[in-house]
Amino acid sequence: MKYQVKPLPPVDLPVLRTVGKPLRKVDAMGKAVGATVYAGDFSMPQMLLGKVFRSKHSSAHITRLDVSKARALTGVACVITGFDVPNARLVSDMPGQTGQKQRTGSDVPVLASQQVRFYGEPIALVAAETQEILDKALSLIEIDYEPLPGVYDPQEAIKPGAPVVTPPDNIVARWKIRKGNLESGFEQADLIVENTFRLPYQEHAYLEPEAGVAWMDERNVITIRVSTQVIEHFRTIARAVGVPQNKIHIQGTMVGGGFGGKEDITLEIYLALLAKHTGRPVRMVYTREESFLAHSKRHPYVIKHRTGVKKNGLITASKVEMISDSGAYPYLSPYVLLYTTVMAPGPYRIDNVHVDALSVATNNPFTSAFRGFGGPQACFAYEQQMDDIARQLHLDPLEVRKVNYLRTGDCTATGQGIESAAWLEETATRAMAALGEQRPDHGPVKIGQGFSSYFQSYGRITWLHDTSQSWVGLELDSTVTVRAGVPDLGAGQANSLCQIAAEALGVPLERVTIYSTDSALTPLSGTSTATRQLYMSGNATLMAANTVRKVLLSRASKYFEEEIEALDIADGKAFIKNDPSQTLDLVDLAKMCASEGIHLSNLALFKAPFTDPINPETGQGQVWPDFTFGSFAVEVAVDTETGEVTILKAAACHDIGRAINWASAEGQIIGGGMQGLGYSLMENMVVKEGVIQTPSLSEYLIPTSMDYPDIQAIILESGTGVGPYGAKGIGEPSLTPAAPAVASAIANAIGVSIHEIPITPEKVLAALDQSNKL
Amino acid sequence: MKPQVITLHINGRTHNIALSPNLTLLTVLRDLGYTDVKCGCEKGDCGACAILLNGVAVNSCLVLAWQADEGEIITAAGLGTIENPHPLQTAFSDAGAIQCGYCTPGMIISAKSLLDQKPHPTEAEIRDAISGNLCRCTGYAQIVQAIQSAAEKMADGGEG
Repeated sequence: MKYQVKPLPPVDLPVLRTVGKPLRKVDAMGKAVGATVYAGDFSMPQMLLGKVFRSKHSSAHITRLDVSKARALTGVACVITGFDVPNARLVSDMPGQTGQKQRTGSDVPVLASQQVRFYGEPIALVAAETQEILDKALSLIEIDYEPLPGVYDPQEAIKPGAPVVTPPDNIVARWKIRKGNLESGFEQADLIVENTFRLPYQEHAYLEPEAGVAWMDERNVITIRVSTQVIEHFRTIARAVGVPQNKIHIQGTMVGGGFGGKEDITLEIYLALLAKHTGRPVRMVYTREESFLAHSKRHPYVIKHRTGVKKNGLITASKVEMISDSGAYPYLSPYVLLYTTVMAPGPYRIDNVHVDALSVATNNPFTSAFRGFGGPQACFAYEQQMDDIARQLHLDPLEVRKVNYLRTGDCTATGQGIESAAWLEETATRAMAALGEQRPDHGPVKIGQGFSSYFQSYGRITWLHDTSQSWVGLELDSTVTVRAGVPDLGAGQANSLCQIAAEALGVPLERVTIYSTDSALTPLSGTSTATRQLYMSGNATLMAANTVRKVLLSRASKYFEEEIEALDIADGKAFIKNDPSQTLDLVDLAKMCASEGIHLSNLALFKAPFTDPINPETGQGQVWPDFTFGSFAVEVAVDTETGEVTILKAAACHDIGRAINWASAEGQIIGGGMQGLGYSLMENMVVKEGVIQTPSLSEYLIPTSMDYPDIQAIILESGTGVGPYGAKGIGEPSLTPAAPAVASAIANAIGVSIHEIPITPEKVLAALDQSNKL
Repeated sequence: MKPQVITLHINGRTHNIALSPNLTLLTVLRDLGYTDVKCGCEKGDCGACAILLNGVAVNSCLVLAWQADEGEIITAAGLGTIENPHPLQTAFSDAGAIQCGYCTPGMIISAKSLLDQKPHPTEAEIRDAISGNLCRCTGYAQIVQAIQSAAEKMADGGEG
C-alpha cells in the first residue's frame, strides 16, 4: 500500500431507522416496468406537433426571411418568427445577481430576426398536424443570410478589432480575487511553478432529448408539461410570452437526465408561444442532433497557474488567470466563471492569492451549467499543478498536498471559513488504498497510479438568498404525503425527501407519497441544480415533518400521560421508549387529532444563509453555504506504442456528511465519476467555426458498459454538513476530481504530464515524442 | 408506396394497422401508446428503444414496421407490472440500478435477451450484452449487479 490510511476522528452519528438505508427508491419500480411517463410521452386531443427552424450560420445577418409558403401549406397551424413576437426575450441572469459586468447582451432573443450569433440559433417556430407536414413546412421557409465575420477563439475575441458578438464588447464577465500580498509570497518561495491547462467542451448527453407538451385552457392558463430542472422558469416564460405569471403553469415530469443541460429554459418557451398562437395543444420533441445544437455545453477554459512554493511544498503564493468561452450568449457563464474563480486555488490553505478570470463571447455553441459548474475545470488545473510542484520538488504528491490541505477553521481564497469537516488526506489515502498494489509494467505498456483531491460547494451562491418550501401531512390512514416542487432528475431528489419524512414520522418508506415538480400546485422548492435539493428541500421537509411529529407526540403524551421526551414513533406506532410494549397506532392517533381539530400538516420554508455579494475588487466574502471534500484515485495502463490509455481501477472517496439513501449516494459517486472519466479520456466534441462536427452519440462518444471498470465508491460520514442529519451534497462533487486523477495516473505511468483533456491516444503519443526529444 | 395493413402482436395484444412503408417500428410502437419504448437517438446508437422482436433484442428505431409484420413484440412493460414485476425489474429497482430511468426499459430488454440465452452469465457477458445500451447516470456498476442478482434469483426460482 502506497500510503498509510489516515484514521478518522471519532464521529457520533445518531442511530436512524430509515435514513441511510439502501432502500428501493420511490420512483424506481415505475421506471423499471416502463410505467413512468416522460415529457415526450404525452398526447392530447387535437394535438399539433411543433418544431424549431434554426440558423445554418454561426455569424450572419438575416437579410430575408419569408415564411409565407410554409404558412400556406395545408396542415400548418402556425409559423412564428421574431417579427411576430418582438418582445420575446429570455433574461439569462439569475435573480439577485450583482457581481458581473453589466452588459446589454445578457438577455437572449427567443427568435433571432436580424442577426444570428451561433449555428443552430432559433429563427422560427412551426406547428403542424403531422410530422410529415411539419418537415415539409420547415423546408418551405425561405431565408437569406449575409455572412458576418465570426470569432471562434476567446483569446482572439478579446483582441482589439475582433468581431463583436454583441455590443459593446466580448467581455461577458470578470471576477477577481485579491488576498494577502502576492509579491511577498513569491519572494518567500524557493521555487516558482508555471503551467497552462486546457479544458474542452463537454456534452450532457442525457438519454432523454428535450421534450414537452403545452396547451391553453379555458382560463387562458398555458400549461406546459416539460422535462426541466427548473419549474421556476414559469416567470421568465410569462414575461417573454406577455402573460401574467399566474397564467403559466409548469407541470414538470420525471427528467430523463439533466446534469445542468435542462437548467436553462429549453423548449418550454417555444411550446408556450405555439400553444398561445394556435390555441391547441402542441408537442415538441428534439431529435438527438437538435438536442446537441440546442442546449448548452460545459465551458472550454484555458487556465494558467503560477505558484510559489517552499522546498517542503508549502505554497507561499498562487496566481491564477483563466478565460472561458461563453459562446454567443451569456446564459450562466458569469456564475460558472465565479465558481471556477473561487475554487481555482484548490482545497489548499494559501495566504497570498490572486485570481483573474474572464468569460468571453464567441460565435461558438453557447455554454452554461454542467454538473460541477466550473469546478471540474478548476480541479483539473489545480491538481495537475500540485503534481507538477511535487515532481519539481522531488516530493511525493500526497506529501505536497498534506502540507497545504485546508482544514476545518481555515479560510478559502475569498476568506470564507470552513466550518464542516475537511477530510482530504482521509479521502485521498482511502481512495489510493482501494487501488491496492500497482501492477507491474509489461513491455511497452506502462502502469501508473494517481489521485486528486477537491473541494466543491453545495447549495446556491449565498447572495442569491435561496429558499425552499416543503409541505408534509399525515393522512387518516397514517400514510404520509409530501408536497414539494422538486424536479427529480433521477438522482433521488424526491426519494430523499420521502425517506426523511418517513424517518421523522416513523412510517415505512412505502407509506410515503410525494407530489412534486408543479409550479402551481406544489410549494416551490427551488431548482434541481447546484447540488441544493437535499440540502435545501431536505431541510425544509425535515422541518415540516418534525413539526407534524411534535403535534403527534404532544397528543400522544396526553394519551400515555408521559412527557413528550419519553415517547418515540416507529413502524406506524407511537410508543413509550422505556416500555415499547405500550403503543398507540398512528391511525388512532391521527383520528384523535382530527376529531379534536388538531392540524396534521405543515408547510415549512428553509432559508440558506443570506449574505451580501463578495467585494468586486478583492473577491472577499462568503460565497456558498458549505463544501464537500473528497478524493479520486485511478490506476491506468498506457500503451506507449499506440497511445491508448486503459483505466484498470478507479476509486472515489467522499465525505458526504450523512447518506440519506446509501445506494443512491453510491449511484451518484459512481455515475458522476463515470462522467468524469469520459470527460478525461473519451468525450471529444469537435467544433469548427462554431459548428459541432460530432452531433450524435456515434460521433460524440460517452462511456459504455465496456469502457471503464466499476468505480469503487467509498462513503465517509462526518455528520458535519449543513443538510438534514448533517448531510453534504454529492451530486456534482462526484464528477469533479475524476479527470485530474486520470491525468495524474498517466503522468505517473509515462513520466510526462498532459495538461489538456480529453487525453486521446494522439495526445499521449505527441507527449511521448516531445519528451523523447528533450 | 401506399399504406399496407400489417399485424403486430405486442405484449399479448394484436393490432391490425395500415402503415406507410417508411415508418420505423419505434415510431409505430410509440404512436400506438407503447411509450415505455424510449426514443434516444433514432440511429441505433443508444439502445433506449430496444424491444424483443420474435425473442431477439433489437433497436426498434432500426427496424421498419413492415419488417415486423406478424411479429411477436415484447416491450419492457410487457415483462411485468408494478404489482407483478419481472425479476429483472425487481432487481433493477432494488440495486440502485435506476436513476433517471430513461435507458431502463431498453436495458432490461437487453438483459432479458441475455438471460434467455445464458441463464448464468459472467460479468463480461453481462457487460457485452448491455454494451449497446447507453446509460449516462449510473456508471453501469449497479446495473451489472442487478442483472447478476436477477440471474441468481431466476435460477433459484426457475422464473423468467
